[in-house]
Amino acid sequence: MREELLAVIEKNSRIDLKELAVILGVEEIDVVNEIAALEAEGVICGYHTLINWDKTSIDKVTALIEVRVAPQRGQGFDSVAERIYKYPEVRSVYLISGGFDLMVILEGKTLREVSSFVSEKLSTLDAVLSTATHFILKKYKDHGCAIAQKKEDEREMITP
Amino acid sequence: MRNPLSDVVVDIKPSGIRKFFDIVTEMNDPEVVSLGVGEPDFDTPWHIREEGIYSLEKGRTFYTSNSGLMELRREICRYLHRTQGIDYDPGKETLITVGGSEAIDLGLRALINPGDEVLIPQPSYVSYEPCAVLAGAKPVVINLKAENEFRLTAQEVEEAVTDRTKLLILPFPNNPTGAIMEREDLEAVARVALEHDLIVMSDEIYGELTYKGRHISIASLPGMKERTILINGFSKAYAMTGWRLGYACGPELILRQMTKIHQFAIMCAPTTSQYAAVEALRNGDADIAEMRTAYNQRRRYLMDAFRRMGLECFEPYGGFYVFPSIKQFGMTSDEFATRFLAEEKVAVVPGSAFGASGEGFLRISYAYSLEALKIAIGRLERFVEKLRGEGRERRNPECT
Repeated sequence: MREELLAVIEKNSRIDLKELAVILGVEEIDVVNEIAALEAEGVICGYHTLINWDKTSIDKVTALIEVRVAPQRGQGFDSVAERIYKYPEVRSVYLISGGFDLMVILEGKTLREVSSFVSEKLSTLDAVLSTATHFILKKYKDHGCAIAQKKEDEREMITP
Repeated sequence: MRNPLSDVVVDIKPSGIRKFFDIVTEMNDPEVVSLGVGEPDFDTPWHIREEGIYSLEKGRTFYTSNSGLMELRREICRYLHRTQGIDYDPGKETLITVGGSEAIDLGLRALINPGDEVLIPQPSYVSYEPCAVLAGAKPVVINLKAENEFRLTAQEVEEAVTDRTKLLILPFPNNPTGAIMEREDLEAVARVALEHDLIVMSDEIYGELTYKGRHISIASLPGMKERTILINGFSKAYAMTGWRLGYACGPELILRQMTKIHQFAIMCAPTTSQYAAVEALRNGDADIAEMRTAYNQRRRYLMDAFRRMGLECFEPYGGFYVFPSIKQFGMTSDEFATRFLAEEKVAVVPGSAFGASGEGFLRISYAYSLEALKIAIGRLERFVEKLRGEGRERRNPECT
């Protein structure tokens, strides 16, 4: 049940527990216990809402920053990654294979806010060798959801 | 002018589904929600569509061989080997058709001599009987029973067999009931087929949509491959209805004649679809699994909803249909469906559209998102309550 449960709530964390139990074919109490266990084990880390901020009056700027880092002796990339992810404006930090080391996803209110973070905080870290900042111009798909279109059901109403 | 029409064709009754389709279309009401479709709500997985697009870009716009792309036939044979353990020769025992429907038609035309009897279990897909009639057969209907979960029993076949019986159509997993046949059910029917020297046309288009164990083809049972036409296709498993692509596998003796008709009538199945289907078979297992999981969740949701509102329904383990009984309301399924549409704006298909033994049942499709199902089920609940209220009033008129 665990994998199927996770797959369902990854797409819809607001699903009613009773309904979740029905579609998984188990008892409600089992669902409640399983979710509690998943939270305790840190498998479920949080419940978020996917928001298209472009449709609100709030302006947000998102940037992907490629960071090249000198790994630290005995700690590899972990300690510098931690120094970076502790900033609340940093949304995600990933260790990446390829031409650079860390992918930092940053959210700010304005271009200036993001660029001052990069120039003042990020690139001044001793371990950081270089950065390349890419601003997101338009989101087409986020968390598996196509942002732009709502699809109509184009099927015939009745078919054999 | 003299009557230009064929008597055989004119005598064929129009599909019961057609009538409902016309009512819904005429209403043209955006409030109407439908539970009436017989096709997946999913889009064809993108990697499959992309392969179709690529084949067009490459200019692969010519006929294929009559039997279909060899590459595709090989993939089909590999698929049947890995899922059913049956080995077909892609060269001589495999034919790509325009949907499973064409394969049904071809099979009947290749086998039937005038007056041969064809056993057709019902409720079932609407085209078996007309296609049998067009091929010159005498259709013999086997009325499946709710108490058997609409499975076909050996006894039912036995009772319907005569010395003119040539072919048994085996439509499982079943549209409209959602019934499946498990191994022991198939073994019993296979014994009768062997004993009476029947050919079996096994329509397994919903095979991948099985929610209890894995689908078993009757062709995989001992002695049955030699007398079975296995029909399947891409429409349901890969959500590819509009691509019109199916196939038939069977003994060379029969396939050769089916291919001959196909060659004269159709030439070959759509080339673009065939290239896309190669990709589907090579890399589509995960798509099927994902869709199957989603269907299964919806199936459980509906079964639970019926239980709560007191609608009797056996648990169907295949396809994307449930087949609840509405006999408690004392009306025909046609009346129920007509009123349900008029009063609650939900379109379902009366069970009687799939044969007389479907009377008293509704086909409800769950090829819809859970959200859409919830809206429709809310309306069904209200409608059922209303009907029960009417029933009480009739019984106790002084209380009103």
